[in-house]
Amino acid sequence: MGKLYFKNSSKEEKSFHSQPKKETIEFLLNYSKALKVIDYKNAQFETLLN
Amino acid sequence: MNNTKVTDASLVRDYLDGNENALAALIDRHQHRIYSFIFSKVYDKDISEDIFQDTFIKVIRTLKRGKYNEEGKFLPWVMRIAHNLVIDHFRRNKRMPKFDNSGDFNIFSVLSDDDLTAEKQMIKDQIESDVQELIKELPEDQLEVLTMRIYKDMSFKEIAERTDVSINTALGRMRYALINLRKIIEKRNLILTN
Repeated sequence: MGKLYFKNSSKEEKSFHSQPKKETIEFLLNYSKALKVIDYKNAQFETLLN
Repeated sequence: MNNTKVTDASLVRDYLDGNENALAALIDRHQHRIYSFIFSKVYDKDISEDIFQDTFIKVIRTLKRGKYNEEGKFLPWVMRIAHNLVIDHFRRNKRMPKFDNSGDFNIFSVLSDDDLTAEKQMIKDQIESDVQELIKELPEDQLEVLTMRIYKDMSFKEIAERTDVSINTALGRMRYALINLRKIIEKRNLILTN
């Protein structure tokens, strides 16, 4: 009977609080690909190319 | 890719050389520790996501700007950024605390919207217009007092002066105006409630 009432937490549930969403990681990787830093004389300019 | 054989420093160098996969490997390698650290401080999944994202945005910008100092190790550096962002989060929240409405006390039981709904407003307008029609049936002297008191918000002293009668007479006319109004409403079987 105990099995009916106690649900073992799955691997997915355990990792729920320990890692960020896939979307967050994808956003960061896309952000990194889009970000360009241009050096001009003594200044640096950031551009986001989507 | 076997991440365990490649050092963080090597992955950072690859990333600086333009290999975007190196960043993916670094995030994949450390996401668990960094995210868990943030979550252990803020205990909120959404805020943890935000801080994790902000942490790596800072990492990416610093690396791309060539400001990363290889003297320190990658993970402690990222953890330091996350730690600072967690502190920023609490500072911001201290200035503007967020009210969590999940407890026993419901804030909306105290804060209510007193404005009428569109339907109730329409009913109220209709009742007011009906009453305005009904009071036209009152005798002239009573109508005059009632209009001054209710619609012009005058005191009985002012009404008495304006109509050139005593205050008691003005009060009496008001009383009879209300009694007669009730009679008219009853006679016509009107229900004037919202």
